[in-house]
Amino acid sequence: MSKPVLRVQDLAVTFTSFTGGLLHRRERQLRAVDGINFELHAGETLGVVGESGSGKSTLARAVLGLIKPGRGRVMWNGEELTGMDEEELRQKRKELQIVFQDPVASLNPRMTAGDIIAEPLWTFYPNMARLQVEERTRGMMKVVGLLPNQINRYPHEFSGGQCQRIGIARSLVLNPRLLICDEPVSALDVSIQAQIINLLKDLQKKLGLALIFIAHDLSVVRHISDRVMVMYMGQAMEVSDKTNLYRRPLHPYTNALMKSVAIPDPKLAAAARKDSWLTGDMPSPYSRPRGCIFHNRCPFKVKRCEADVPALRRMEDGDWVACHRAEELDLSIGVPASG
Amino acid sequence: MPLLSVSNLAVEFETAEGAVKAVNGMTFDIHEGETLAIVGESGSGKSQLVLSFMGLLAENGSVSGEARFRGEDLLQMKPKELNRIRGRHIAMIFQDPMTSLNPFLSIEKQMMEVVMHHQGLRRDEARAHAVEMLRAVRIPDPEERIKQYPHEYSGGMRQRVMIAIGLLCAPDLLIADEPSTALDVTVQAQITELVSELRKKTKMSLVLITHDLSAVAEIADRIIVMYAGEAVETGTVDEIFYSPQHPYTRGLIASVPRLDRVSDDELHAIPGNPPNLLALPLGCSFRDRCTEAKEQCFERPPLWRGESGRTSRCIQGVEGGELVTESPAGGEG
Repeated sequence: MSKPVLRVQDLAVTFTSFTGGLLHRRERQLRAVDGINFELHAGETLGVVGESGSGKSTLARAVLGLIKPGRGRVMWNGEELTGMDEEELRQKRKELQIVFQDPVASLNPRMTAGDIIAEPLWTFYPNMARLQVEERTRGMMKVVGLLPNQINRYPHEFSGGQCQRIGIARSLVLNPRLLICDEPVSALDVSIQAQIINLLKDLQKKLGLALIFIAHDLSVVRHISDRVMVMYMGQAMEVSDKTNLYRRPLHPYTNALMKSVAIPDPKLAAAARKDSWLTGDMPSPYSRPRGCIFHNRCPFKVKRCEADVPALRRMEDGDWVACHRAEELDLSIGVPASG
Repeated sequence: MPLLSVSNLAVEFETAEGAVKAVNGMTFDIHEGETLAIVGESGSGKSQLVLSFMGLLAENGSVSGEARFRGEDLLQMKPKELNRIRGRHIAMIFQDPMTSLNPFLSIEKQMMEVVMHHQGLRRDEARAHAVEMLRAVRIPDPEERIKQYPHEYSGGMRQRVMIAIGLLCAPDLLIADEPSTALDVTVQAQITELVSELRKKTKMSLVLITHDLSAVAEIADRIIVMYAGEAVETGTVDEIFYSPQHPYTRGLIASVPRLDRVSDDELHAIPGNPPNLLALPLGCSFRDRCTEAKEQCFERPPLWRGESGRTSRCIQGVEGGELVTESPAGGEG
């Protein structure tokens, strides 16, 4: 197997905040990302799934060097990004790009679609000929399914799905090798979401991109991922091959996320509801439960889970899970899942 | 008599680029204890429809038609009369629980205000009632949590607080506009469960507005599918999910990614984009995106009604249904 292009080792991000006012000033530590490891090959997609506050967006920003990690390393094609200074990192960003969640809010409303897409070119290649920039911009628009004659239109003249296409074109215009998509479809109509997912999948195949696709919904990442990492409170609960994960999740939290997905069928939906059990909210990040961080919401917990922290360990088929009871629990889904 | 009877309702906005018809001749009833889902994409008019009879349209908007609540036309009411109905008899929950709550006021204050104003309860009564409602929507430790401010609640809890506020005056009709869209799937599932529980306990009628058909599969009695300001299909929840007649409805159902099925390589998407109301195509407004469009679709599609009362506006008709004759104005003749 080829060497991975991205290697993330023990990555951790901690935010510090202060409470209590001047006299009783107290420092609080929030472990947003807490020891994440993974590798990614060219042409491969890692889905990252978890609830709000699970640290998935912070992980993305730390990988790109937009947030300085407190611990750990990010290796990109053998070079350590985490050790680079601002200017070196800036140059590397040509290869590492991100697409944001809210397609409308992330575009400058006073710039035309063409200017938005071309801006990275002006920034990195200020001497590029105007004609060449325009040609490349029009080409990008075609690639993402926009009409080149829409080049002079403003964001408000586009629908949400089209705005996300503009965002994707902008992030691809520098010909990056890694693309991180941070909830790229959750602000879109369900009817449009599939267009964007299919587009990203298509582009990845064509361009051989390494892709990290972040979502809070397991159903959304299924079609695009090769492997899926499930995060909870900054930690990886499970990292599994897609086929395995959707057939038989190893971690109770993965199982809970799967059961939360609504089914467009009245009878099946009612039956599925009876079967779901995830209650309560994620605990406050300032008061992390002892032992397994998921134990207070887990119906399968035993005494041990309240005391011992389960390590992320490798199972026989190569998948990773952080649960004491992974071997004995059978969380298989009743439906055969193909690739 | 239906609780709410909407007939031939139309909403128009004056914009710099011209008049925009956001809602175009909607007619429907909501009965007591019934849950009606209004489903459509951005720009389909589903929110404006509801905002119009709640008197909450933006300033450049105007509404025509009728919306009779227990026989009284909401559209003819003076603001003072409408205020008596809103909150007390009809309550509304919006999509974003963070922007709907006042960040400077404690939850306690925001909840007590509502009941003291509408029901004239004393402070202690109002507080007890508010705590009870928080308990009903399963906020843990409500006596303590009620003193907190919105930022101290998680997104899911805030939405539950919004539902509790909506329920405070025991309204006859609760309207929820995308109540769980901005939330995690796990919280969406919890909100769905909460709503279906409340529905069983009370006689309250419910209107749910959403772009995601799967979100209402379990809780709706009837569904209206809207496209470009019009109802393209209406029917019971079983009719819509198990025998959808309109190509757009079929597209909406197919576009939901499912985990309970073997997956295909390609996800199903409805091609194209939600319609631009300023430049609707002639004839059927869904024509450009419809994979089953024919030459006839360049003319306005007919309205069909099935035996059960279900309707579809498409040349394909409704199984065993008949054509509805319409007056040129757009309403039913």
